[in-house]
Amino acid sequence: MSAPSTPPAIEIRGLWTRYGETVIHRDIDLAVPVGEMLGLVGGSGSGKTTLLREIVGLLAPSQGTVRVFGHAVLDPDASVRRMVRRRFSMLFQQGALFSALSVYDNVAFPLRELRVFDEAMIRDLVLLKLAMVELEPRHGRLMPAELSGGMIKRVALARALAMEPELLVLDEPTAGLDPDRSENFVKLIRTLQKELGFTVVMVTHDLDTLVGLATRIAVLADQRIVACGTPAEVVAVDHPFIRNFFCSERAANALQKGKA
Amino acid sequence: MADAALEIDDREAAARARLSGDWTLVGLTRTDGVCADFRAREARLRDLTQRGAHWDLRAIDRLDSVGAVLLWRTWGRAWPAALEVSEAHRRVLEHAAQLPEPVTGRAPREPFPVTLTLGRLGLRALSNLTGLIALIGQMVLDFAWLCAHPRDIPWREFSANLYKSGAQALPVTALVGFLIGVVLSYLTSLQLKAFGADVFIVNLLGISIVRELGPVLVAVLVAGRSGSAMTAQIGVMRVTEEIDALATMGISRTLRLVLPKVAALAIALPLLVIWCSSAGILGGMVAANLQMDLAYGFFIDTLPRAVPVANLWIGLGKGFVFGILIALVACHFGLKVRPNTESLSAKTTTSVVTSITVVILVDAVFAILTRNVGMPG
Repeated sequence: MSAPSTPPAIEIRGLWTRYGETVIHRDIDLAVPVGEMLGLVGGSGSGKTTLLREIVGLLAPSQGTVRVFGHAVLDPDASVRRMVRRRFSMLFQQGALFSALSVYDNVAFPLRELRVFDEAMIRDLVLLKLAMVELEPRHGRLMPAELSGGMIKRVALARALAMEPELLVLDEPTAGLDPDRSENFVKLIRTLQKELGFTVVMVTHDLDTLVGLATRIAVLADQRIVACGTPAEVVAVDHPFIRNFFCSERAANALQKGKA
Repeated sequence: MADAALEIDDREAAARARLSGDWTLVGLTRTDGVCADFRAREARLRDLTQRGAHWDLRAIDRLDSVGAVLLWRTWGRAWPAALEVSEAHRRVLEHAAQLPEPVTGRAPREPFPVTLTLGRLGLRALSNLTGLIALIGQMVLDFAWLCAHPRDIPWREFSANLYKSGAQALPVTALVGFLIGVVLSYLTSLQLKAFGADVFIVNLLGISIVRELGPVLVAVLVAGRSGSAMTAQIGVMRVTEEIDALATMGISRTLRLVLPKVAALAIALPLLVIWCSSAGILGGMVAANLQMDLAYGFFIDTLPRAVPVANLWIGLGKGFVFGILIALVACHFGLKVRPNTESLSAKTTTSVVTSITVVILVDAVFAILTRNVGMPG
């Protein structure tokens, strides 16, 4: 899929993050080829979400560059920034739906912002996106406050997909969902990824989600990336955090299930 | 990435449409002046459909749902007779094909829109009134409970509210009071000079500020300052379910949230009224001294004789009632906020507007009831 000439979806070079004296990231390098699903794991406070926010350009790293599809996300040229931002979408942990807008208007919002499509076209596109995340047209009238946790995630996913992103950034996609719902949501993302072929980067604590989705795993510990590779390669690395995270009984079950 | 391209072969009787490139959101909307461009392409595709064209989609690199919906719509929501497309892209098109037909016709209009609007407005006002009365009733019950269980008195919340809405409002109320006093003194002194009635400035300023302007000014300022803050605070606590959390801990929201606010404003407002009235009289005194050479000593000496002490009690009483009303209205609307941002802003606005209106209404009632009290005889 990725010819040598096409730039990777994400390319991080020599990234440092400091808050005053505290160093969060120390010289991080990471590349995510197009079409890959990368899971980012690490202990609490290891700076996973910070790294994610730096990838989408919500935070500026203290040092180093983040390039998405070959362009810097914080390029000084506003038109380049806009162009890059139109190629990826982010799914926030709490959904971040606009609480004053109905489900329909939430999904239609980014499409209307383009000022290209007429209302009839937007309606078709919104219904198509809702159908993709297995919601019915009648759900469009609901307000975000009336939705269950699982539905909020689905609507947020539909809104993220509305812009036809080539890169989807997920922050804890299954946090706050019960195991059954979270498994369904993982299946949904996997199906959509197969169909639409977007690249995925996600932060997660949940092993089932990680094993269910990620084709590659990057482990963030001790302020740097201590391991990056396929699940099997990462498990083989000898590091206290990895031993703790992957080698418990629960982890063994999840990994077994993932292989099956 | 390539743009979406369309080649039309017109040599034969039935046109051949050959699509290539990226038929995606980015590919279709990349060029500048996209809107006209997009519409023009849509029109051309519709035209081709009408001519019964042969569609060749095999050269398309990428097709996303925007491209698929565009094609499906221009095909008139039906598969064209002659279509060549790869298996993967046919699946994308099939998703678009499963879309429900658009519903035609608008929702039926309601009859008598004016009557309905007025009726809804009246009902809403009525429900707000009953809500306020219920809140007052709850206040009384809570107060009785606290008299029986003095250990439950929320002292910390009370003192925090007293500080926020009382102490922190001192500078702004003093400034506004002083300036209003200056303005009033300057304007009236011009008139009084014409009649040679300079000394009556003391009566005029004293009565109007102590009895009327002081309480109303403070009430309007506090409604804008603390009333809005109270509505927003309780409203956000509704949005973030903190109020529900309180309820599950068995803590009464009226006792812990509403009562301290009402009590704090009931105490703080009369004190602010005295403070603001003093600043106003000081401003008036300074202006009168500058404009009419009225001695400070004379002003201070005349004030108690010109303004009977009953006026001060009326001003304090107004402050007490206004404080209770502002806090009650603010808390009532705060508790009515629904969990979304729009409702929060709407209710905060309504809260401030309602409390200022209520204050002025009640002030009129005060003026009528106390019309025989406190006038220098």
